[in-house]
Amino acid sequence: MTSMTMIQALNSALDVMMSRDSKVLTFGEDVGYFGGVFRVTEHLQQKYGAKRCFDAPINECGIAATAIGMAAYGLRPVIEIQFADYMYPAYDQIVSEAARIRYRSAGDYTVPMTVRMPYGGGIFGGQTHSQSPEALFTHVAGLKTVIPATPYDAKGLLISAIEDDDPVIFLEPKRVYNGPFDGRRDKPVQPWSKHPASEVPEGYYAIPLGKAQTVREGGDLTVLAYGTMVHVALAAAEDSGIDAEVIDLRTLVPVDVEAIVKSVTKTGRCVIVHEATRTSGYGAELTALVQEHCFYQLEAPIERVTGYDTPYPHALEWEYFPTPPRIIKAMRRVMES
Amino acid sequence: MTVRRANAFDLHVPAPRARPGDKPDFSDWSFPEPGDTPRPEVDAPAAELRDFAYGLIRVLDLGGSAQGPWAPRLGADALRRAMKSMLLTRAFDERMHRAQRQGKTSFYMQCQGEEAISIAQATALAPDDMCFPSYRQQGILIARGYPLVDMMHQIYSNRLDPMKGRQLPVMYSSKKYGFFTISGNLATQVPQAVGWAMASAYSGDGRIAAAWLGEGSTAEGDFHAAMTFAGVYRAPVIVNVVNNQWAISSFQGIAGGENTTFAARGVGYGVPALRVDGNDFLAVYAVTQWAAERARSNLGPTLIEHFTYRAGPHSTSDDPARYRPADEARAWPLGDPIERLKAHLVGLGEWSEEQHRIAQEEAIEIVRAAGRDAEKVGVLGVEGAHEIGSMFEDVYKDMPWHLKRQREEAGA
Ligand SMILES: Cc1ncc(C[n+]2csc(CCOP(=O)(O)OP(=O)(O)O)c2C)c(N)n1
Ligand SMILES: [Mg+2]
Repeated sequence: MTSMTMIQALNSALDVMMSRDSKVLTFGEDVGYFGGVFRVTEHLQQKYGAKRCFDAPINECGIAATAIGMAAYGLRPVIEIQFADYMYPAYDQIVSEAARIRYRSAGDYTVPMTVRMPYGGGIFGGQTHSQSPEALFTHVAGLKTVIPATPYDAKGLLISAIEDDDPVIFLEPKRVYNGPFDGRRDKPVQPWSKHPASEVPEGYYAIPLGKAQTVREGGDLTVLAYGTMVHVALAAAEDSGIDAEVIDLRTLVPVDVEAIVKSVTKTGRCVIVHEATRTSGYGAELTALVQEHCFYQLEAPIERVTGYDTPYPHALEWEYFPTPPRIIKAMRRVMES
Repeated sequence: MTVRRANAFDLHVPAPRARPGDKPDFSDWSFPEPGDTPRPEVDAPAAELRDFAYGLIRVLDLGGSAQGPWAPRLGADALRRAMKSMLLTRAFDERMHRAQRQGKTSFYMQCQGEEAISIAQATALAPDDMCFPSYRQQGILIARGYPLVDMMHQIYSNRLDPMKGRQLPVMYSSKKYGFFTISGNLATQVPQAVGWAMASAYSGDGRIAAAWLGEGSTAEGDFHAAMTFAGVYRAPVIVNVVNNQWAISSFQGIAGGENTTFAARGVGYGVPALRVDGNDFLAVYAVTQWAAERARSNLGPTLIEHFTYRAGPHSTSDDPARYRPADEARAWPLGDPIERLKAHLVGLGEWSEEQHRIAQEEAIEIVRAAGRDAEKVGVLGVEGAHEIGSMFEDVYKDMPWHLKRQREEAGA
């Protein structure tokens, strides 16, 4: 075990998989010599050569499309979209092609590729370095969507994503790349090394896709979250005095509905948190699932705490970002109704 | 029967000639001499212009004298004005880069080494020609006289920021100054410029459009959409590829620069393409004037590749020492654009070391004064600079019910 940041854990996952399987290769903008603008692919080119870790032209469509071609050939490409905000040129290839190739060829061709992208705000990156587009992927049949919240999960989930025989969208919460930021801006961010989930095995291990994790047990209400918001939800639980159960979904599709139902059946109350815009966001899907499965156990309406339905602002970033006080307000409303 | 050889193929992954620790190496490039390139008529058919995509139009020699048929007729006053705009741009960049380092804002991008491009082009275009810039054409705003203090308000996202604190620093917008709102998504502006030019042709108002993008961004599909539409409809537009050799850490070979020039992209679309020394103010001016005249004569689009070097980091988030030799900018064979125009003006007897020094100090003073004014209004992070409710404005013309409700929830 070594203490790793999320960046180091992701790097380690790529390293482990590249050393185990010569079919694994990785590319993207600034990914090669430089090791990526967030340094997730650092040293991989030096270690595995420029044919297995290389810089791509600035064309996200081409990055996704060539990865599809490689995957159809039988490789396991892992591509990096520099920021999730820049995935839109690749969207047609991901949605119309990667997601459907298995179905339309009746399994004749498959696309075992992984699309890594840093997402989310809280870094003063403005509207083109802050978006959370997960719902644009969860809405697409044929894609799996994964979002880790800790270094330990990041490595184990990335390994599973690479080994998965279907295309996996792997969204990385960049606000917690270097520390478990919990939305309390007045407190200094702890380094990952102080967090138990930064203890990461150096070698191979896999965390199955489709399995949520209860990160805080509680009896009063259930908070469903993923990515950065897991840490914010934990802070909210701590500050609120409400005995909340916090569930880190980890995989959004296929989602661990059993874990959700089990918890909400126990607590009878549910708050859903995400940073993405609200309308047609992933929280809407979760709300529907909870009411479908737990309608008679619910004691209060489900609440969503989300980004507002605006582009991500620059100066008002902290008014936009769902912080613990906003989550606590929603928790109180749910407790009181 | 097909005979297949094992290991018959080898992927070529381009790599630059020099990395950190190496000596900068530009020895594989050869350039035509200043003055050697003929100047064609503006109505020459595209098919006769192909060679220009592979050459390099140069006017100023490295000693500062203007050579050959491209040497423009520009009066000394105009040249001095341009010099002052370039000095102002560099002083502005230095201060704002420092301001970011001091924590006054989140981000900044300089155009160091590329000042001649924006400023010569702003000089050659009419003031109401429409610009669709990337994030590295602040020189256009400065040359057009946009208030520096307003640029700073934007960079500080403060109360007087014309963009109401919504955008990342340097993502300016000004309809009044013919400067389209800058996008963070690369190359999107280029086909938009073509559409604007098509609208201008449709309306017959005589204004032309120009777009800028980096050589790295030419890989994006949007650039190719722009070239296709511009070529098909012969839109009055100038597409400028600023080849500053680097796209963050990727050298121009990653965008295809090893195989051919970026200007050569025009050839395939039947769009006349000129390649120019981007550090040569006079050459950039002359080439832009040629392209503008062509567009204004209803002869359609021109692609210009500006061959230059990004002397600074990509942005304040970047450290170029990690991927290129630290002294590569100094070794750039085509010099510094300000020094080269200075040598020219001095050679003409229209400028002196002393005047240059004074102009530099004046530029620094103008920027300092604007900086003081902007900082008085506030830097990034000043509480209450924008009321929370403003976040919900301008998403739509009229605010729908759900945004009104969210605005209330946000406590506005
Ligand atoms: C669609 C998209 N992909 C990726 C990025 C990230 N990015 C920002 S600038 C840049 C490099 C651009 O290089 P170039 O086009 O050469 O312009 P330069 O910065 O050199 O002026 C990259 C990859 C982006 N902004 N938009
Ligand atoms: Mg460039």
